[in-house]
Amino acid sequence: MDTVLFIIFAVVAIVCAFNLVLQKHPISSALSLIGVMGSLAVLYLLLGAEFIAMAQMIVYGGAVMVLFVFVIMLLNAGSEKASSKSWFAQLAGLPLLCAFVAVLGFFVRAAMPVLRGVRFGTWVGGTAERIGQVLFTQYLLPFEVISILILIAILGAVVLARKEID
Amino acid sequence: MNFYIVSLIKIALVFAIFMTTLAYLQWVERKVLAHIQSRTGPLRVGPHGLMQPLADVFKLLTKEDLLPPYVSRFFYLLAPFIAVSLALIAISIIPFGPEIDVFGYRTYMQISDVNVGILFILAIAAVSVYGVALAGWSSNNKYSLLGGLRSSAQMISYELPFTLVIVSPLLLANHLSLRSIVDSQAGYYLGFIPRWSIFQIPFPQIFAFIIFMIAGFAETNRVPFDLPEAENELVAGFHTEYSSMKFACFFMAEYANMVTITCIATTLFLGGWHPLFPAPYSNWIAPLVFFVAAILCFIAGVQNVRKRDRYTFPVFGIAFLILAAIFAVPLFWQVTMPIFWFCAKVGFLLFTYIWVRGTLPRFRYDQLMKFAWTFLFPCALINLLLTALFVAVF
Repeated sequence: MDTVLFIIFAVVAIVCAFNLVLQKHPISSALSLIGVMGSLAVLYLLLGAEFIAMAQMIVYGGAVMVLFVFVIMLLNAGSEKASSKSWFAQLAGLPLLCAFVAVLGFFVRAAMPVLRGVRFGTWVGGTAERIGQVLFTQYLLPFEVISILILIAILGAVVLARKEID
Repeated sequence: MNFYIVSLIKIALVFAIFMTTLAYLQWVERKVLAHIQSRTGPLRVGPHGLMQPLADVFKLLTKEDLLPPYVSRFFYLLAPFIAVSLALIAISIIPFGPEIDVFGYRTYMQISDVNVGILFILAIAAVSVYGVALAGWSSNNKYSLLGGLRSSAQMISYELPFTLVIVSPLLLANHLSLRSIVDSQAGYYLGFIPRWSIFQIPFPQIFAFIIFMIAGFAETNRVPFDLPEAENELVAGFHTEYSSMKFACFFMAEYANMVTITCIATTLFLGGWHPLFPAPYSNWIAPLVFFVAAILCFIAGVQNVRKRDRYTFPVFGIAFLILAAIFAVPLFWQVTMPIFWFCAKVGFLLFTYIWVRGTLPRFRYDQLMKFAWTFLFPCALINLLLTALFVAVF
């Protein structure tokens, strides 16, 4: 059951990700991104990280993407036109992409430790209580630093958006 | 295996009741609004317009399903689907009652208990903006687009106080699962004050409840915050281009959201299925209420004003008597009492929704935004800080 769900939502995530790149219209791309976020949330849920799954849906699926869609709607962005490709891109685009992915894959493999297989439903550290405890004991400093960082970002946005008062 | 069968039965029951509630909520709304405005409301279809929901469903089903040529087709068809499915999903984690014993099988009066229940609700609320936003955008129409934009901005703004204010009762309850939240509100102070969140020591959540209800009005796009469909400015807002069943989907989503919000308010603040009075007295309130209703119906039937309709009131009187009899049997109390108290609270809050619609005018758009950011948000924040302080100190 878990495996079937995993395969379904992994495929949905990958298809949505491809769709995100291939679609011409910004709204379609944004909605595909929401599809990716949603299927990732289901994958987190399958792994037993229910808090992360819901946070993913609330923050990324909800708040962030709503802002994306809102801005696209507000600016009334139309479909993108495909630019006429340069001869270099036509000739060397695909081989270079393959080479890049291969090099990246090599480094990731080399840097990562050997991973054991993942079992669904065995991990219990994903509840809100556990995450709260870890967040406020082990990772207290990074957590507070990030809060300050976000606060500064909000202040910056307010300063930038403020109307000039003469 | 038993689990799957019982779950299916529960889903079927909740779905049937939920759908009937949605249909009749609209009738109730039209009737109550009509009486607030000194009119009579629906009266033609069936006695007292009781068949009006059925007639509405038939009307909506048989209307021509228009598909304007200028719309963005895929999203235009997707939007009502998103709106209605997300609105209906949220009811699946609402607890209606405690664990009950049905023919030896113990089960909860709840479709499923998610242990991050309240976050699930927030996730649904966060995503359900897309239905309205996409409907507005894909209709390719100025009014629809403005309605969609207004709705997105409004829902983003009001989600902030909405979410903040949910946190304070959670601090008292110490749980995210809706059933545990209700369980934490059981019991009474001094033997008669219920330990619901709005009365709970150390910090009663009465302000949180009020802010939650206001933000809830905005989240469901209801009067006085119904700017996305303000008819004197935007024709019908985001659903201007929709007809037939697609329009009905938005309509249903609005009412489903209303019911869900009131259910959550009941669960978080009003103690869910826990009665207002301690058990020995509260069990007799339900039969008493139905008995009084039956008597009133009989009196109205005797002094009949409508000469051509002699049967409605007596029939309803008998129905209320039967209900009173059912609710008076102690054998059924484990099922009937939680349902009665839950429905009573939800019904009261739904009535408030309709009452406000009949009372208040619509906000202006800048007032709406100013209210959210400069009043509601700081209030929710202060409430949260005070609650945290009191919980930490005591």
